[in-house]
Amino acid sequence: MIRILKNISKRILGGLFKKRDNLKIGFYGPPNAGKTSLANIICKDWTGEEIGSVSDIPHETRKVQFKEKVEVKHKGKVLTFKMIDTPGIATKIDYEDFLKFGVNKKDAKKRAKEATQGIIESIKWLDDMDAVVIVLDSTQNPYSQVNITIVGNLVARKIPVLIVANKMDLRKAEIKKVEAAFPEYDVVGISAKKGENIEEFYESLFKLAKKI
Amino acid sequence: MKMKKREVRSFNGKLSGFSLQIIPFSEVRDLSINDRVRKILKLVLSNKIIILQGKLRAEEEIRLIEDTMAMVDHVKNFRGIELAVIEPDMSNPTFMQKFKRNLAKSLVGHSNSLTVIGPAAIVKEIKRDPSKIEVMLGNN
Repeated sequence: MIRILKNISKRILGGLFKKRDNLKIGFYGPPNAGKTSLANIICKDWTGEEIGSVSDIPHETRKVQFKEKVEVKHKGKVLTFKMIDTPGIATKIDYEDFLKFGVNKKDAKKRAKEATQGIIESIKWLDDMDAVVIVLDSTQNPYSQVNITIVGNLVARKIPVLIVANKMDLRKAEIKKVEAAFPEYDVVGISAKKGENIEEFYESLFKLAKKI
Repeated sequence: MKMKKREVRSFNGKLSGFSLQIIPFSEVRDLSINDRVRKILKLVLSNKIIILQGKLRAEEEIRLIEDTMAMVDHVKNFRGIELAVIEPDMSNPTFMQKFKRNLAKSLVGHSNSLTVIGPAAIVKEIKRDPSKIEVMLGNN
């Protein structure tokens, strides 16, 4: 509770003096939703280099990754921000899940240990965000408690949220279900893998920045 | 309220035991965030599935995840938790429904919600739709 109150007062006071180019936009969500894939598209488009590696194995991102001064230009407007790509948040980590992807036992255990620490790090960073893009896998049930907990914590901290329903290119994708689960938020469907609907995402990102 | 530990036969034929503990809201109402989370994790670590009357606040839920991850790192064979909250559908509440809900909330917290928390080793998955929860048990 004290952490949230501190954050709200910091945001109110900070908002009075903050320069718009010091914005911190975080990419949050469950593991394997495509946070780093989307972050890579933005970074490649506007800085020329990627932010991190992607993989089919869950918890590929196990440390918070940054890209300073990402300058996005869209329809004559410019948005400059620090991008923070976070490890996926989950309530359980089982090293045996990684064995199914052909990872050996020693590496799977190491990956699990790093993943737990990554989740703790992601949570600690929540207080520092000015706005958050929540990336969800639109082929999965959006009502999972992790999604609801992330959104609930951002609302409690008065941090503006944009929801991205990723993997819209897949047959099982249900963008409408994501919209129904979070009716109070902007939801934009994309495919980070195929680069689909990215212009609409940029449009929504600028709308999100306006709410800060 | 405690339910007796019972043995169930899972689909693969192996026997597994689990225990269900129902916690009334009054039992956690006056606890600090640390004590609530500690109480929940203590029960989960003793392989109990908890049904909590009411729901945790957003900051308590995230603290629960944070502390769970710290435990996964330190407690052998503990892989985490499954967690879900079910609430009555209040997407288009009438004035009276809103009034009753706010009154109940101010008196006894979110007591018309239910929170299910279980160790991931026993609770394989909790499927949550807006109006129902399906708890899938299994041997991991």
